[in-house]
Amino acid sequence: MIEVAGLTKDYGSKRAVDDLTFTVRPGVVTGFLGPNGSGKSTTMRVILGLDAPTAGTATVDGKRYREYPAPLHEAGALLEARSVHTGRSAYHHLLALAQTHGIPKRRVEELIDLVGLHDVARKRAGSFSLGMGQRLGIAAALLGDPAVLLLDEPVNGLDPEGIQWIRHLLRGLAAEGRTVFVSSHLMSEMSLTADHLIVIGRGRLIADMAVDEFVRQASGKVVRVRSPQAARLAELVAGPGVSVKPEAGGVIEIAGLSAEQVGELAGEHRIVLHELTPVQVSLEEAFMDLTRDVVEFKAAEVAAA
Amino acid sequence: MSTSAAAALPRLERPGRVTQLRIAASEWTKLRSLRSTRWSLLVAVVLGIGFPILFATVLSNRWSHLSPRERSHRHPLDVALSGVHVSQLAIAVLGVLVISGEYSTGMIRSTFLAVPKRLPVLWAKAGVFAAVTFALMLPTVLIAFFGSQAILRDHDILEISFSHPGVARTVIGGAVYLMLVGVFALGLGAIVRSTAGGIALFAAIMFVIPPLLNILPSDWYDAINPYLPSTAGDAIFSLTHGLDTLSPWSGFALFAGYTALSLAVAAVLLVRRDT
Repeated sequence: MIEVAGLTKDYGSKRAVDDLTFTVRPGVVTGFLGPNGSGKSTTMRVILGLDAPTAGTATVDGKRYREYPAPLHEAGALLEARSVHTGRSAYHHLLALAQTHGIPKRRVEELIDLVGLHDVARKRAGSFSLGMGQRLGIAAALLGDPAVLLLDEPVNGLDPEGIQWIRHLLRGLAAEGRTVFVSSHLMSEMSLTADHLIVIGRGRLIADMAVDEFVRQASGKVVRVRSPQAARLAELVAGPGVSVKPEAGGVIEIAGLSAEQVGELAGEHRIVLHELTPVQVSLEEAFMDLTRDVVEFKAAEVAAA
Repeated sequence: MSTSAAAALPRLERPGRVTQLRIAASEWTKLRSLRSTRWSLLVAVVLGIGFPILFATVLSNRWSHLSPRERSHRHPLDVALSGVHVSQLAIAVLGVLVISGEYSTGMIRSTFLAVPKRLPVLWAKAGVFAAVTFALMLPTVLIAFFGSQAILRDHDILEISFSHPGVARTVIGGAVYLMLVGVFALGLGAIVRSTAGGIALFAAIMFVIPPLLNILPSDWYDAINPYLPSTAGDAIFSLTHGLDTLSPWSGFALFAGYTALSLAVAAVLLVRRDT
């Protein structure tokens, strides 16, 4: 269980995380979603005690990470930023981490096999491909058999087989009752791995809900209508919170009303409908929709700077 | 898929808590598993022995050509410990690297995830590095002493016995100085968190600023000079000392103080700063 409460983190005058509150529960994979630069990595670093919060708290199973006598057993982490000495072999990297907790060499070797680095374990980590580096980072995260896992963009640089592997791994770890918290800027990836989503933008919480609910909420808000009297219908539905997008062939897409509302309105005014379809929004689109404002705001900021 | 099938994580029996001794073992593994360590230490040993042997050979061969006045300025311990000045460069660079290398590669994040209290890492790094340096530098200065003496003993005034008062202390002082200078540099590396910056800071403190102070009025310079890190450090492996320099033990105490200060500042920053 990870509990973040009122978390704020400033870097100089820049606010990276803004009054963030959420809970990550054990037993499921929780996706941590947001555009690049939205504060995901910062939040993870604060949870792990690498960065100090400006305000608020972040705890792992009720205590701050740094208060644990065996921290690697409590939480394992794969950070987005490189966290391996390039001149050291994968084996010695893991061994050095293991020794801090008195974890035996045998376990280091087991993990090297588990992540598929057996053949390159004695090579310098600096010679590793991005995917091999990720596997090494995952081995380090799992070294202490942790109750909580935090993985920042774990699929980065992995080949399709590697991505499959990590999905299985994460689901398996969650099924064992562990807390699994995985960040990504790719909604499609989360839709395949996560059960629950925490979405942030510009350091603020945007959504905290089950993946199914997220899709349900996002879908059905847009209704596709085909009618010979499309123009008249467009006038009738117009109002606050409703937008109409005309398409070719008498088709309009109405956002902001349900299919039922549009159908009843058409009936009242005796408008003939040839088609009335709630549009299924993909997760990707829902995510884009949700974070569009914050992304555009950022782009404007960059342009202005 | 083969890798997917093997995805179950084996359980860890009896995970242990973090202790200072375990962190030291980890730091020892880190130190010995890097090429830069082996090279720096090899250079420190080879130069620490090589320079005294080279100087002793040159001096011995040219002895008959030297004027009595020039002969009187040559001291056998200066020859024997000439390597210390050279070795300190390799030791200091390695001292900086021990910590700056973790920052430049990002390893420091893995380190602090394993030991989030952070300070024990600094103590372990300093302790392990000091032990390794002293263990290597003690035989180095002893070989340098006896090696150069083997070459110089034909010339009466260049012969000096290890049991002569102060000689053993001075020779061993060379190794003590190298150990302290390494830890001093390690602290600087932790303060600036960059290899280039750490080495530059070390060079500035030890080699650049001291001669610059000659610009000051000489009574100021004389008052300040004995207390500079470089002068205090030199005093540790000097057989004699004048009115204007500290005794070996005072020099040792002061330089150890500078080393402690370097580590203390590093410790404060280590705990406060984000990673």
